[in-house]
Amino acid sequence: RRSSDGEPAKFQPPPKPVIVDRQRQREERRFLSPEFIPPRGRTDPLKFYIERKDMIQRRKVFNIPEFYVGSILAVTTADPYADGKTNRFVGICIQRGGKGLGATFVLRNVIEDQGVEICYELYNPRIQEIKVLKLEKRLDDNLMYLRDALPEYSTFDMDMKPVSRLEHEEVPVNKLQVRMKPKPWSKRWERPKYNIKGIKFELPEKKMQEAQKWSQPWLEFDMLREYDTSKLEKKIWREVNEELKK
Amino acid sequence: SISGTCQAIQKLTRVRVVDNSALGNTPYHRPPKCIHVYNKTGVGKVGDKILLAIKGEKKKALIVGHKMPGPHMTPRFDSNNVVLIEDNGNPIGTRIRTPIPYILRRREGEFSKVLAIARNFV
Repeated sequence: RRSSDGEPAKFQPPPKPVIVDRQRQREERRFLSPEFIPPRGRTDPLKFYIERKDMIQRRKVFNIPEFYVGSILAVTTADPYADGKTNRFVGICIQRGGKGLGATFVLRNVIEDQGVEICYELYNPRIQEIKVLKLEKRLDDNLMYLRDALPEYSTFDMDMKPVSRLEHEEVPVNKLQVRMKPKPWSKRWERPKYNIKGIKFELPEKKMQEAQKWSQPWLEFDMLREYDTSKLEKKIWREVNEELKK
Repeated sequence: SISGTCQAIQKLTRVRVVDNSALGNTPYHRPPKCIHVYNKTGVGKVGDKILLAIKGEKKKALIVGHKMPGPHMTPRFDSNNVVLIEDNGNPIGTRIRTPIPYILRRREGEFSKVLAIARNFV
């Protein structure tokens, strides 16, 4: 480069490149599937270790993607009684239950005005493909109240296209407040024991205050109910990652 | 409906007729109710035949879905669905719009005519 008066300009080093460390970002966002975390109890940890080995073995052969309650999945299973021997179902995950190899998730959809729920086992060999069409979280861990919500909140197109998202963004939290059908509901969702944040309660104030009569504010301070899984999670995460890389 | 607990279909359960037969779709002041289940236990699951009381008449019907959760990987419906049937197994309606579980295909011999008029499978 030459400046205006003809003399060579002082050496300008090139601008520093912005290094986006993708590897580190990916490792920072850790997701351990909830069925790896053993329940609190007095069983021998050897049992959970053996079960984890079997789960990792299955995961090496078949990819189980990361998903949360509230994401929309498409599952194809092998079915001897279906046309073409495969059965495809699309739905929103309303619950993830069970630990170890018996872990299940329930998908819900409304087809032709009929609500259908299917409880799939994650490690069942009949499942041929699990695809996440839309990865997102909701305000609650358990969306069973969708049974008593208006059907529009549970309808999803069977031929929905997967929603693209960038690799290492935060999982979006959908702060949708769902409107309910008129009471009676299958459970009294306004009660504090369910601790539901995703419903737009249109009940009168008196009913909401009456529901607070059943609140148990001492439960969150109960030390015998505490189950701190942070150390366990780190240990299991390291173990699972090492095994999966082999 | 009012009932809270979800059990499978037994005597006196109110059911929902899902085919397009005249008997199932004309409104009546009383909902169709089950009065007998053709089963060793009195509890009807998917694929069992029951006796229904509709519009003051008795009619046989086939259970195609219930609110009770069944074995894993099988669908659970939000209403107790039923298809009206004759004594010899012929369905009365000509079309079934609501989804039917694939499990019924196991007994293809008995239910072939019902499965033939079904549109969607789950």
